[in-house]
Amino acid sequence: MSAEADQVDGGRRHFLLVATSAVGAVGAVATAVPFLASWRPSARAKALGGPVEADISKLQVGELMKVEWRGQAIYVVRRSEAMIAKLASNKANLRDPDSAESDQPDFAKNEARALKPEYLVLVGVCTHLGCAPLGKFEPGDATVAADWPGGFYCPCHGSKFDLAGRVFKDVPAPLNLTVPPYSFGPNNTLIIGVATGAA
Amino acid sequence: MLTNFNSSMMQAVQLQQRMKSVARLVLICAFLSTAVHANEGGYEKANNDVSNKASLQRGARNFVNYCSGCHSAKYVRFNRLAVDLDLTDAQVTQNLIFNGGKITDTMTNNMSEADAAAWFGKAPPDLSLIARARGTDYLYAFLKSFYLDPSRPTGMNNTVLASAAMPNVLWELQGIQKAVYEGESSADGKSVEKHFKGFELVTKGKLTPEEYNEFVRDTVNFLDYIGEPKQLERRGLGFRVVGFLLVLFLLAYALKQEYWKDIK
Amino acid sequence: MSTADTQNKVGTTGLLGWIDARFPLTKMMREHVTEYYAPKNFNFWYYFGSLALVVLVLQIVSGIFLTMNYKPSAEGAFASVEYIMRDVDWGWLIRYMHSTGASAFFIVVYLHMFRGLIYGSYKNPRELLWIFGMLIYLCLMAEAFMGYLLPWGNMSYWGAQVITSLFGAIPYVGTSLLEWIRGDYYISDITLNRFFALHVIALPLALVFLVVAHILALHEVGSNNPDGVEIKKKKGADGKPLDGIPFHPYYTVKDLMGFVAFAIVFALIVFFAPTVGGYFLEAANFDPANRLQTPEHIAPVWYFTPYYAILRAIPNKLFGVIGMGAGVMIFFFLPWLDRSPVKSIRYRGGLYKTFIGIFVISFLMLGYLGLHPATTTNTYLSRVFSILYFAFFILMPWYSKVDRTKPVPDRVTFHAH
Repeated sequence: MSAEADQVDGGRRHFLLVATSAVGAVGAVATAVPFLASWRPSARAKALGGPVEADISKLQVGELMKVEWRGQAIYVVRRSEAMIAKLASNKANLRDPDSAESDQPDFAKNEARALKPEYLVLVGVCTHLGCAPLGKFEPGDATVAADWPGGFYCPCHGSKFDLAGRVFKDVPAPLNLTVPPYSFGPNNTLIIGVATGAA
Repeated sequence: MLTNFNSSMMQAVQLQQRMKSVARLVLICAFLSTAVHANEGGYEKANNDVSNKASLQRGARNFVNYCSGCHSAKYVRFNRLAVDLDLTDAQVTQNLIFNGGKITDTMTNNMSEADAAAWFGKAPPDLSLIARARGTDYLYAFLKSFYLDPSRPTGMNNTVLASAAMPNVLWELQGIQKAVYEGESSADGKSVEKHFKGFELVTKGKLTPEEYNEFVRDTVNFLDYIGEPKQLERRGLGFRVVGFLLVLFLLAYALKQEYWKDIK
Repeated sequence: MSTADTQNKVGTTGLLGWIDARFPLTKMMREHVTEYYAPKNFNFWYYFGSLALVVLVLQIVSGIFLTMNYKPSAEGAFASVEYIMRDVDWGWLIRYMHSTGASAFFIVVYLHMFRGLIYGSYKNPRELLWIFGMLIYLCLMAEAFMGYLLPWGNMSYWGAQVITSLFGAIPYVGTSLLEWIRGDYYISDITLNRFFALHVIALPLALVFLVVAHILALHEVGSNNPDGVEIKKKKGADGKPLDGIPFHPYYTVKDLMGFVAFAIVFALIVFFAPTVGGYFLEAANFDPANRLQTPEHIAPVWYFTPYYAILRAIPNKLFGVIGMGAGVMIFFFLPWLDRSPVKSIRYRGGLYKTFIGIFVISFLMLGYLGLHPATTTNTYLSRVFSILYFAFFILMPWYSKVDRTKPVPDRVTFHAH
């Protein structure tokens, strides 16, 4: 065995080893991509998750309506003038009053968190651990608190949100309730899943 | 180093040739006989080209106008068509969706299977995979081979699929043809010595025979495409994958040669 | 804590040392990879063992991802395959990998078995190694057969119908056995569901177990080689076989090259001809299962056709089934049928070479005939080749013994590169 004589090729061997490994690794990663990508929502999931239309013509003032979109309950609340007026007074007690950190379309980054202040549209999923918050619109509701201004209350861990879905301080939920993309269609319809201007 | 590389490249080429002959052997084994399955029967070649977007667009139009009344293509999504046929969602919605469906819907139709079975004797099959199951040449021949036969309930028969339940929905375009036979024909007209010779146009259609051939070719092309929508991207990706593997092979070959120098 | 606790027999330190004191990682690596001495004269035929392992991994990985979207029900199976082909991102690629992998598995395994045949790799001391390999082959056949039902196409349906019917040929218990296998009076949702369970869990588990046993047996007795020389008989001063080289790095780099070459052929099929003209994916299987209509021309997938041709050659249901089964099982007896003093074809005489030539032609011809309709000529040819096929095995004790062999060298023949 002339191992010493072969040492001249050490550099070449090392180069080939590194080059083959590197190209091989690229191939391995490229092979993994299709497998991982197959976990993304499929064309059918996307089709089923498409925009949903809801008739809101019969929704009364102060009422909550639930619409299903992408497997989630979407809360639609028709707010009274009084409810809207009260929103400004909560500000000091809110964790994210201007919705700076919360999730909503740009058009809802306002005090009413809505396209039209009259209609509040929220994803009915608590931002803490995913329970469904209850609508407790009556101020001073005995099941919540005596100084309750009216809003949403999560029965699982006691998170509280105001009538714009904004989270109060000192509750477990970190962020305001999410506003889904939505727009208003003709004949009093609400289209959930498409933001204004997109459709 | 460079000369080393060159010599190993040359060896790689030799080895590749060896591999090639092995690959050929494998292929010969695989193709011991051709035409066992699809495209059986020696039909005229459809010669369609799924990379021809204009043809696919015309085929899609033909399909929704003449086929989709009875046949569904329930695995095909309209928005997939839009992407693959270079159409906008709006164009597809306007031109290809008739039943008020959404762009994300599949190409189902409104005919219930029970109604269909009652009208035609058998429900018209879903056409999503018809090109893969029957072959494009078969479909091309089938759509051109309707002829007058008063003994059939539809008044038409087909030389490719005898006693086809399907009426010739394209007769206005193609015209009406009759089958011409040659050879001895006995008095009862059921002679076995009759040989099919060809078709003769009895009534002219809106299209010339050449235009009709193109019409059918586009339609078959569309059916070919919907049989496997991913075939459009499959081949393109294939070239890149094989190219990459060839580079990797040269490296792996050089690496192996390098190590095997040790072995005396 | 004393240092004795963390000492290990292989002398590694650090994290590896910690592991080696508790798990034989380095020990196993040495025994099976870095210090497994393989003969240096492996040729082209020796790629297919490692390739079979690669294909097994490919089938398991692609299979796992297919199960994520596949629905094992008569109602949903066919549609779920099309869902994978169209709606799932990259689903088409994963499915084609799996369907091509199935045929690739058999190509690789047949070549691997052929290698064993011509170099006498089944002979003493490798009988058990051969038997494990045969069990893998049987498992693989069951795996392929059950997997073929899952797309629930018309060929799937009628293929399963025909093959399960074979059990009906068994006297007395046939009908009950048939119902027991199908779980119904015909191939139904129930059959599909249990085939699915066997295809995705039971048989792959058995396959993996058998592959491990196969490799352990191989490493116990050492690899054979094209000369059929036992390299362990000539050891150097260091106790290592003179004609042996460490599996790593020499055969890892060589097998890597073989794997890339294989991947090129594999990619050509997956991307440019995934149906291979109806041989890997049959046209009739793009029609959904239809209980009322048999496909015009029914044949098993190519890898079963040699045995299928034997079945059809015999004009009696029971004996046809027995003949077919015997065609597979007879391989098990090779180690005891072969009475030759040499292993490799290189040192065997003309008699053996003639017989193995006839055998290869018979196997290929039976495969060809099994794909085609049973016409009178084809049936006649199938009978001739079936007889020749079995003659290879049955006459082996005679011709392998009387054959004039050449002297086997002490050392392997090897020409440096």
